[in-house]
Amino acid sequence: MKIEFLYWEGCPSHPEALALLREVLGERGISDAVELREVLTHEEAVELAFPGSPTIRIDGRDVDPPGAEWPPGLSCRVYRLSDGRASPVPSRQQLEEALS
Amino acid sequence: MSVIETAPAFDLPGVDGRNHSLEEYADAPVLVLVQSCNHCPYVLAWEGRIDALQREYADRGVRIVAINSNNAAAYPADSFDAMVTHARDADYSFDYLSDESQAIAKALGAERTPEAYVFDEDRKLVYHGAVDDNRDEKDVTQRYLRDAIDAALAGALPPIADTPAVGCTVKWRS
Repeated sequence: MKIEFLYWEGCPSHPEALALLREVLGERGISDAVELREVLTHEEAVELAFPGSPTIRIDGRDVDPPGAEWPPGLSCRVYRLSDGRASPVPSRQQLEEALS
Repeated sequence: MSVIETAPAFDLPGVDGRNHSLEEYADAPVLVLVQSCNHCPYVLAWEGRIDALQREYADRGVRIVAINSNNAAAYPADSFDAMVTHARDADYSFDYLSDESQAIAKALGAERTPEAYVFDEDRKLVYHGAVDDNRDEKDVTQRYLRDAIDAALAGALPPIADTPAVGCTVKWRS
């Protein structure tokens, strides 16, 4: 399984998201390495189709496909939780669904 | 504590179609400026609580004013038109102003969105920082902004005067 974690240092949410991702992976017994990639420039964001930090892809598929449609750029990413609230990190449910 | 000591003068366009200045709020016993924007998930997480505070304290004359200074050329989601739409959709009860030149953000020493500044009746800064201590409202234990407003209304200093603002960075022009 290819697990990519793209982040921008300017947004403070990536440590929380990475910890949650690793927790969910551990619970599921998935030992594949998480490939970390820091996005440094707007040009890199465009090249990587990076819609905001953090962005997590499992085998190339975004854990929140609608959010992946946002224009690329260096900003914090908005995740919509199942109850409609906005969050700077994906929910556990989104990660679990992406890994199933 | 933030670098500023008193409220900076401003005269900025609001989403209601008219300009708003510091003098306009002269009668307010407490003025709260909130560095804000449209697109940041931290703003989206906290804006409902900010709005609730404005509604709750309106009858005591407290005014909350949100200011968006982000570089809209690089972040179109923070354009003035998007501000108008966002304020309408979120049913903001507070004024929402555009600081296109970023002069007010610089004067405030703002770094994050949302980042709150509470000024007392003399427009001296009495609190700077986060709205409260948790993005998730159900887990909040410290209500910094509310406590600061209450203290300022009582003519006292808040128990906590400065906290780190947690949120997106202000998007400066290069």
